[in-house]
Amino acid sequence: MRFAFTDDQKMLRDTVRDVLQRECGPEVVRSVWEGRPEAAAAVWATLAETGVIGMTASKDAGGLAMSELDSILPFEEIGYAALPGPLVDTIAVGIPLLDAAGTNSQKDQWLESVATGNGKIIVAFEDQAVVPYADSADVLIAERGGAPHCVPMSEVSVVPEPSVDRARQLARIDFEESKAHRMRDDVDGHALLSLAKERATLATAAQLVGLSRRMLDMAVQYAKDREQFGKPIGAQQAVKHRLANALIQQEFARPMVYRAGWSMATSQTTNEIDVSLAKIYAGEAATFVAKQALQVHGAIGYTIECDLHMWMKRAWALAATRGDAAFHRERVGRQVL
Amino acid sequence: MDLDFTADEEAFRKECRAWLEANVPTEALRSGDTREGFRQHIAWENVLFDAGWAAVSWPKRYGGREASLVEWLIFEEEYYRARAPSRVTQNGIFLLAPTLFEFGTDEQKERILRPMARGDVTWAQAWSEPNAGSDLAALTSTARRVEGGWRLTGQKTWSTRATFCDMAYGLFRTDPAQTRHRGLSYFMFPLRTEGVTVRGVDRLDGDEGFAEIFLEDVFVPAADIIGEVDQGWKVAMATTSSERGLTLRSPGRFMATASRLVDLYHRHRDRSDPVLRDQVIQAWMDAQAYRWFTFQTVTRMMQGESIGADSSMNKVFWSEMDVRTHETALALIGELLELDEGAESAVDQGQWMKGFQFALAGPIYAGTNEIQRNIIAERVLGLPRK
Repeated sequence: MRFAFTDDQKMLRDTVRDVLQRECGPEVVRSVWEGRPEAAAAVWATLAETGVIGMTASKDAGGLAMSELDSILPFEEIGYAALPGPLVDTIAVGIPLLDAAGTNSQKDQWLESVATGNGKIIVAFEDQAVVPYADSADVLIAERGGAPHCVPMSEVSVVPEPSVDRARQLARIDFEESKAHRMRDDVDGHALLSLAKERATLATAAQLVGLSRRMLDMAVQYAKDREQFGKPIGAQQAVKHRLANALIQQEFARPMVYRAGWSMATSQTTNEIDVSLAKIYAGEAATFVAKQALQVHGAIGYTIECDLHMWMKRAWALAATRGDAAFHRERVGRQVL
Repeated sequence: MDLDFTADEEAFRKECRAWLEANVPTEALRSGDTREGFRQHIAWENVLFDAGWAAVSWPKRYGGREASLVEWLIFEEEYYRARAPSRVTQNGIFLLAPTLFEFGTDEQKERILRPMARGDVTWAQAWSEPNAGSDLAALTSTARRVEGGWRLTGQKTWSTRATFCDMAYGLFRTDPAQTRHRGLSYFMFPLRTEGVTVRGVDRLDGDEGFAEIFLEDVFVPAADIIGEVDQGWKVAMATTSSERGLTLRSPGRFMATASRLVDLYHRHRDRSDPVLRDQVIQAWMDAQAYRWFTFQTVTRMMQGESIGADSSMNKVFWSEMDVRTHETALALIGELLELDEGAESAVDQGQWMKGFQFALAGPIYAGTNEIQRNIIAERVLGLPRK
């Protein structure tokens, strides 16, 4: 029993953290929010240079063959920065799926270019009414009839739907199925899609932890700076206890997410339930922390001039996507009871 | 990261389980917070110690097994899984002993630890005073220096099981010129000696688990101060994290409660609704969350990190989880929840109501959760004290 990340894993986290700190400040998120998705292009390129975008690709495909556990901390940092874009779909889900189930021509066309940062994947499972980031993606991997399909975005019709988190650019999508879209039929597509769903959920949970940490950092900083009655509001016990509660929820969610990463990376039989626990705790922590952070900020937090709202809205969206609390609680309940 | 147990850890678990299965009394003991029950529990503590299970993480020379922290957690999981008796030696083994290991002299350790772990000498904590609870530094009990030692005078309260115990430990003012947390010393003192009066106080659940201790010029030899004179605050605070954190309430206890709750749910599911069902699931999940949080903490400790104020998060989490879990159980039981222990119609011998009342103490003892939240806000988040 050793519940800690390795030095290599922490080094990768630090690399991602540094890149995002330098290149993905709130102004970048805000630009994407205001309809300029190209503002995040440079960050994507830098992450690709550092190998993060291609980290889950196999060595044959020029990647680092990193596991679900290795990518947990990078996703947490991506959440912390609220970096917009199909990072989960591309890194955690799309690349491994393309690697495992792509035909030679699909792989030739997409794998290397995506892994090196020159293309983005979005993933749509059958139960999804809308998908994010469709207008900035190059290729779609879609579940249809229980089988994975790989479709160039040029062949996908995209009908935008406005989203509360405007950086997420939601859309309804559709495509005319053709033989060329079918992925390999000599692999168990159904099993690969199931695995892909767990990966998507896990990476989303990791982002939620990062979002939570950032909102708590903002709230703590604000509570130290903002003075009323001649002292920082953070000196008031009511504010202290609110923020202490936020920290407790967040810190008890983290090990659940890390453990799920380990379970996935080592193919434990408890995989699904562990991923569900991760998503439940991370989602509830992030939305709870969001509420506390808003209250601590007071009226300024209730504006879109204050950066907090971008993190809050991302937290609401991610807590509900890739299985919301009700879905995952039911999955846990069926196992436990 | 490796969340599997090693072969050694698995072997240790097997050994624990086999011994507990063979030795845990089949008949439930009376509450350890009653006089008769206390005696029964001490007899059990003797058995535990003689087989080397009383304090598994201690050095062998004091009767331990030098188990790692992970092994200790495994022992606890097995202990509660086996429904073994509650530990009436707890306030010695888990609260005083860590202080002795850190600050005690060799003589003190040789003299005190083995009898403590065997239950031959039993220990009560004596922290609070009538006007010094959360604000412990407001205490007024004093120690006056005399030939060969000290004379203690004052009043302590909420001392768990002090009515039955032999010894107690607490803080006394040794420098009358100093105030607050300066000029205090950490004393061990006898409860059955001249000048000491112990009055039992019945707790919420009716057991005589509490006591007040009145001290009038009670002699204590110099050898019974832990650490340096006037440094008692530092000595006491250095180990408060063990009280708040995992040594007081390890995950095994709550995992066992959660699994008993699941069992209760199956027996009472005709009374259940989707809300209650969800609360049962939540209780089970929270016990898991506490378990993994703790394994993460223990890994940090085994890598040499000190945990400090983080332990306040443990305390808030487990104490509030414990209350919720018992509330859920009582809701499943319904109107029969009112039946007390010993009532023939009581569900599970009335243990859920008993447990509920005990759980309600959790957010109060070992530093109220209000104090814990202050600590988290100020020392972990860095918010200003004033």
